[in-house]
Amino acid sequence: MTENWKPACDLQSLRSRAKMLSAIRHFFHQRSVLEVETPLLCSATGTDPQLDFFSSFYHCTPDNREMFLQTSPEFAMKRLLAAGSGSIFQICKAFRNGEAGRFHNPEFSILEWYRIDYTLKQLMDETAELIAELLGRSDDPAAIISYADIFEQVTGLDPLVFNQKSYAEYAKKNAIEDAILVCKDDHSMWLDFIFSFKVQPVLESKFICMVYGYPAIQSSLARVNKQNPAIADRFEVFIKGIEIGNGFFELSNVNEQEKRFEKENQFRQVKGLRVVDKDQKFLDALRSGLPDCSGIALGLDRLLMVIDDAELLNDVIAFPFDRA
Amino acid sequence: MAKYSTNEFKAGLKIMLDQDPCAIIENEFIKPGKGQAFNRVKIRNLNTGRVIERTFKSGESVDGADVMDIDVQYLYSDGEFWHFMVPDTFEQYQADSKAVSDVVKWLKEQDICTMTLWNDSPLTITPPNFVELAVAETDPGLKGDTSGGGGKPATMESGAVVRVPLFIQIGEMIRIDTRTGEYVSRVKE
Repeated sequence: MTENWKPACDLQSLRSRAKMLSAIRHFFHQRSVLEVETPLLCSATGTDPQLDFFSSFYHCTPDNREMFLQTSPEFAMKRLLAAGSGSIFQICKAFRNGEAGRFHNPEFSILEWYRIDYTLKQLMDETAELIAELLGRSDDPAAIISYADIFEQVTGLDPLVFNQKSYAEYAKKNAIEDAILVCKDDHSMWLDFIFSFKVQPVLESKFICMVYGYPAIQSSLARVNKQNPAIADRFEVFIKGIEIGNGFFELSNVNEQEKRFEKENQFRQVKGLRVVDKDQKFLDALRSGLPDCSGIALGLDRLLMVIDDAELLNDVIAFPFDRA
Repeated sequence: MAKYSTNEFKAGLKIMLDQDPCAIIENEFIKPGKGQAFNRVKIRNLNTGRVIERTFKSGESVDGADVMDIDVQYLYSDGEFWHFMVPDTFEQYQADSKAVSDVVKWLKEQDICTMTLWNDSPLTITPPNFVELAVAETDPGLKGDTSGGGGKPATMESGAVVRVPLFIQIGEMIRIDTRTGEYVSRVKE
């Protein structure tokens, strides 16, 4: 008999999770945001080449088909928004294949919410309020800084204009010369490399930090900024340098969305990754009209790490992957 | 030779890097929520002993190193080579000074050591965790002092210098932890 039947976290952490969940529900009920549920097991999945999904087979002849465990509830929640749900939130599990480490478990808890007619700024404010409340630090204002500013402050490089030579010079001078071989001429990968290894550690000194205005090449499902097409209306929340969530002013243009799916699928093909079918129900929802809204997903296990002052994600999950 | 993808990386895995066999000490998975994942790896170069850090793009593959650990008995040194034997098969290996340089002070004939082979030739030798060696030289001890406080240096028969309690005398056998180089106890005959 091994000790693996026991929870990996201590029992105090279970109580602390329950308290966090109930505080989140209270926060949104007070603001009249509707709690919803959507399927974990879905007939389609996202095309994002950086996310690897779990798939499973449904057997019920003649209706045999492949189903996917969601990598996030985004598409289904947007279908509810398009159907007129109004502002909604959901607490659920999401699954990402091949992600395990100090801050990653292949199955993790997400809080995702959407606010109708909210600007990105309004959503950033609400996110800060929620986090401050959960952490009991309501008098600690969040630091808000643009991606371009923090990137330039730390590295002296312009993240919006790719200059391979100066990026490589920076890498050589700052002990990340591996980036030269790994990233080659891939601007987006350079940004991920430098941000992860050089910029993010600087954010450790700040408690809550919101970085907005991500480069447009990393817009994901956010709209490109109207005034400045080089940036996207997207922000990320960091607490003590740990990435907690991603927020968007949501892309609602169906043609643009379809183009992004196709582009990502092309990228998948080039990289030898499996090409996935576009989620037609989601595209149909956009076609019928997604109201203007901002939305964000927070990683609840990581948030609990901060609340519990834990070192590892596994310290706050009862049965992490190796005990699941 | 087998190839390993970054998602098979874990402590102890032996891979080839810059034409040298290396052992992974630590593997950290780093991934922005929307973006490229990386593996930052702490690696020991088994040839030079140096520890370096490397970052890989997740999903990348590297060649495995044909490295194997076997148990061998230390036989003798002829001055140029150190000779070892696999007890079961009597197969013999000779290791050069590079392979034994760090551990030669712990080698005692007939002790069972771990030999790391790379492409079937000795790369490094790891002595047993505990060895028993005779004290060849040390200052005369203070009679009656059994506290062990303070201590004094002693040179072993193998040449190793270990800090021992004051009561230890020349000719006595002592037990030493080779991982820390520290005195453990006196060995009763």
